[in-house]
Amino acid sequence: MAESLTQSAEGAAEISHGRRFLAWWLGISVVATPLVAIFLGPAIPPGHGSVEAAGQVVDNTVLVAVSTPVCAFVLVLLVYSLTVFRNRTGALEDGAPIRGNNRIQVLWVAITSATVLSLAAFGSYELVNDGAGGGQGPSAAFTPAGYQKALDVQVIGQQWEFTYRYPAAGGVETSELVLPENTLVRLHVTSLDAIHSFWAYELGVKADANPGVDNVAYVTTKGPLTFHVRCAELCGLWHGYMEDVGHVVSPSDYASWLDRQKTLDAPIMKYLPPYATTYLPDPQQRAG
Amino acid sequence: MTGDVALARPRSGWSRLIGFNLLTAVVLGIAGYYLGWFVGHHVTGPSVDYFGDIDQNDISVALGYLLGVVGFLVGLGFANYPFARLRGYPPSLREKESEGVGRYFGLCTDHKVVGMQYLCGIGLFFFIGGLNAMLIRFELLRPGMQAFPAGQYLTLVGIHGSMMMGMMTSGILGPFANYLVPLMIGARRMAFPRIEALTFWLLMAAGAILTTTIFFGGFPTGWTGYQPLMDQANAGMDSYIVFFALVGVSMSLLGLNMLATIVTMRAPGLTWSRLPIFCWGVVSTAILMLLAAPVLVAVLSMGLLDRTAQTTFFVVQGGGSPYLYENLFWVFGHPEVYILALPGFAIVLEIIPVFARKPLWGYRLAVAGLLGVSLLSWLVWQHHIFFSGINSNLRPFYMFSTELISIPTGFTFICGLMTLWRGNIRYSVPLLFCLAWFFNFLIGGLSGVFLSDVPSDTTTHGSFFSMAHFHYTIMGGLVFTFFAAIYYWVPKMTGFQLNERLGKIHFWTMFITFNSTFAPLFAIGFLDQPRRAVSYAPSLQFLNDWASVSAFCLGISMLLFLYNFVYSLAFARIPAGANPWGSRSLEFQLPSPVPVHNFDRIPVIAGDIYDYGTPAPAPTAVPAPAGGAS
Amino acid sequence: MRDGPIYPRAVTTGRKLTGVAAAIALAGVLIGFYIANYLVGNTPAFRATPVAAKQKTVDLVIQTVAAVGPQLAPTHPDWVSYLVRNAQGRWERSTVFTVPADALVRVTIYNYDGASGLRNPYLGQPRGLVGPELVDGKPVAAFSPDQPSHTFAIPDLGVLVPIAPVSDKGEDGPNACGYAPCTMAQAHRTIQFTFRSGKKGHYRWQCFVPCAAGFEYGFGGPMQTVGYMDGYVNVV
Repeated sequence: MAESLTQSAEGAAEISHGRRFLAWWLGISVVATPLVAIFLGPAIPPGHGSVEAAGQVVDNTVLVAVSTPVCAFVLVLLVYSLTVFRNRTGALEDGAPIRGNNRIQVLWVAITSATVLSLAAFGSYELVNDGAGGGQGPSAAFTPAGYQKALDVQVIGQQWEFTYRYPAAGGVETSELVLPENTLVRLHVTSLDAIHSFWAYELGVKADANPGVDNVAYVTTKGPLTFHVRCAELCGLWHGYMEDVGHVVSPSDYASWLDRQKTLDAPIMKYLPPYATTYLPDPQQRAG
Repeated sequence: MTGDVALARPRSGWSRLIGFNLLTAVVLGIAGYYLGWFVGHHVTGPSVDYFGDIDQNDISVALGYLLGVVGFLVGLGFANYPFARLRGYPPSLREKESEGVGRYFGLCTDHKVVGMQYLCGIGLFFFIGGLNAMLIRFELLRPGMQAFPAGQYLTLVGIHGSMMMGMMTSGILGPFANYLVPLMIGARRMAFPRIEALTFWLLMAAGAILTTTIFFGGFPTGWTGYQPLMDQANAGMDSYIVFFALVGVSMSLLGLNMLATIVTMRAPGLTWSRLPIFCWGVVSTAILMLLAAPVLVAVLSMGLLDRTAQTTFFVVQGGGSPYLYENLFWVFGHPEVYILALPGFAIVLEIIPVFARKPLWGYRLAVAGLLGVSLLSWLVWQHHIFFSGINSNLRPFYMFSTELISIPTGFTFICGLMTLWRGNIRYSVPLLFCLAWFFNFLIGGLSGVFLSDVPSDTTTHGSFFSMAHFHYTIMGGLVFTFFAAIYYWVPKMTGFQLNERLGKIHFWTMFITFNSTFAPLFAIGFLDQPRRAVSYAPSLQFLNDWASVSAFCLGISMLLFLYNFVYSLAFARIPAGANPWGSRSLEFQLPSPVPVHNFDRIPVIAGDIYDYGTPAPAPTAVPAPAGGAS
Repeated sequence: MRDGPIYPRAVTTGRKLTGVAAAIALAGVLIGFYIANYLVGNTPAFRATPVAAKQKTVDLVIQTVAAVGPQLAPTHPDWVSYLVRNAQGRWERSTVFTVPADALVRVTIYNYDGASGLRNPYLGQPRGLVGPELVDGKPVAAFSPDQPSHTFAIPDLGVLVPIAPVSDKGEDGPNACGYAPCTMAQAHRTIQFTFRSGKKGHYRWQCFVPCAAGFEYGFGGPMQTVGYMDGYVNVV
């Protein structure tokens, strides 16, 4: 009888600890998650410079909102155990001989699996929706609506500068990237030598520039914007300096800029190779 | 067994230096380098005139290194036993196992000596890698500043990354698994004692080779060595290639040895369900080491051929593809990072039951977690190259598989946390480091979920966010548990206590400065600073400076540890006793330091080492019945 | 049998402290040596010569050579390189140029190297200059891609100058320059251009022609080493 009393007292202690922990965890999660989702989420980069970037912000918000209760669970459990169950007497005493609890194990596996799977599903949805601004290789599978009418712009990475070609404007090549606003742009990223990576931060675009490969990334510009381009794949000595400033401008500004480039480029136009999605220059140049 | 633990006649004076030891090895290594260099020069005849244009002969450099390593190993005495066997001498397992301090500086087949050698050797190269990190952060104090000449920054980055990755893959298995696995499973040796010593010396030769890269011009590719940039690089690239290839060989042999030992040499009564969780961690890591490291050796060999024999494995115009490199490298590279992470999981799960004095909660779940991570790590590698132009249809699959790997990782969390629950927690330095693991790996793991999500990865790939992620998981996960293991097991290995107060100061300074260094990097990555780039936007200077200053303080906390280590072991020398932590584990039932032959008689395992909390638990091991195994 | 370390002589605390101090000293020396090795190779900055008569105008006289020679680069005698002429008229291998802010920088380049050709023909048109690029006194609007032997480009300032090559005859003939420094008597082309240095800053400059013979893609070795085909323009 005494044993069952102590057992049930222990059992009651176990339940009350468990209930207290759950209360702390749920309390903190319920308060923190909306705060994080409302205030921190939308402020997470890369911002709303393009439709794809805005989609990434939504994705990041969901991720950070789901991370909050996970974080809270681990930290609350850790802090609770460390404060409540610490050794107070200094003697070498044992803890409770609990080897496991099937219910908790099953619940844990089930809940973590469900969380992870739903995150993967949501991420896939965002990805399949419009490609999320990432480089997709020559045959991009995740295209935004209306992609057939996208404006083609080629980004050529070379050591250590990006140049850009506009096939619709006769293949004119420039060292500055200007795009018209509210337009779906299909970027063809390629390289002439080492592996580079075209990262247009505010537009939420990243596509590796591989030699001999046409890496396609879609971006839908919104309003006028100045964006920063950096190389995101180590390509040699000046990798850290391989950067550009690009602009999203109104269609009329874009057209007049293109015309100016064509005039500026006039002397070199006859030497430019015809526009192609990849270029394979000779890797071994003649010795000087 | 033949009585082969022979006492060497102690020699006096300088004549002790003659023989097969480290000094001979260095001399023969240098001789081998020059021999290889000479052969390389004469192999490449005048028809290969581009070597004259570029003022470097990669064949010479590579052959020099390789023959140098051969000379190094011959000088240590690794060739002696094979030659002796060829001449008909009987087989023997042990060499030079009781000659005093000298046995630490040569080939010794005692697994405990190899463990100590690993601890000091890896520690040395860890500090060299750390020095490089301090120099990197110094360079990043100002955006436009060029403290070091332009190309040197990339070499600093490359050496830091390569040294850390190459050395810390064996960071736990080298010192601790080598020392402890035979003790934990009730064996007197590892399955292959000479191979064990070989893995250590290969790693030391590799580390020495990597530090010489600066004399050949350094290398510009970072630790990943992407082609075709690797093809363009100076001769210093060959140092990297030979370094990593040797590390790969060392890793695969280490994994082989661990698996063979644990599978075949367990004491009677040690069933798989009683195997310490640390050994399960070793098993899951060893599988990855054995299978992934050869891929590294293969891809680096192809790179070396591209550089020397002018093949075009990775040159598009010659029919090759940089994708081949990226994929092969990451097929190795992803299991590699789990090789780094898994021992951390195992150590946390091993140490927490001792200090909570509770059984390990969910033993089967924990094992499933370790093996699950090990298995799944083969299926995720393309998340490193989401934007390279891989077939876009593959990306949802790899996103899914990468997110999936967080499930078995979560098993370690729940098992560790629930072990603390209802325990009787004694705070000690090893436990503190394990607790820090939970915090650090939580952040590291969650940031990994961000990176695995392709839309989110569009901004964070190749930026400081991914750098913060892997520093949180590898440094926050592995290095913290490395120190936990040191504080926990060095008293057993040396017989002397490490100062608890200094240890706690070391822990708190390291924990605070570590988080202070790497937490801002998440923000920096999200704010448009790519990795390995020496210049950044002026608006990010405050965050970079914060990280740099914290990094210097982190370096100081490491020096604090070094002070504790040297002071406690060389000066204070307070005996630790056989079982300073009150553990039920088998290694703590032996005296400290452990005698050469480990067990007087191989024990029979009678109880579970995690059987805390029961009033009269079965003893972990009982002596074997008379006339049984010896 | 004791299994601990066997000390040959009694090791007193004093001896241990000496040992630790010696180890720390050795570590300090090695670390210093290590860091110093990384600092080596910093090419000295070269201050462009101001033109006395004109305000805010500086001159730079540069030579590009096919093989820099053992005198100027003992470790890499066969690498291509830029050299700059100092006030004493001697050629030094420095590629870090210091020029005043918002000044006109008049550059004269004597090129002794033959054609290598551009990988991207777009880079064959001079840009970002004040006035045209003059090759042997005659203005050139664009180069065909096989022509340029090197370029002098400061991407952050928008400056791009392809450098005309010595003809094949000149390159292989008796008048060719072997190892630098090269003289005016040897086959060369003279390229002149002017650009405006802008705001204060620290800008990189590079060559865009894959002229590093023998390296894959021609971009290894000298093309990736400051002091040969890369450098800085410090605008102060």
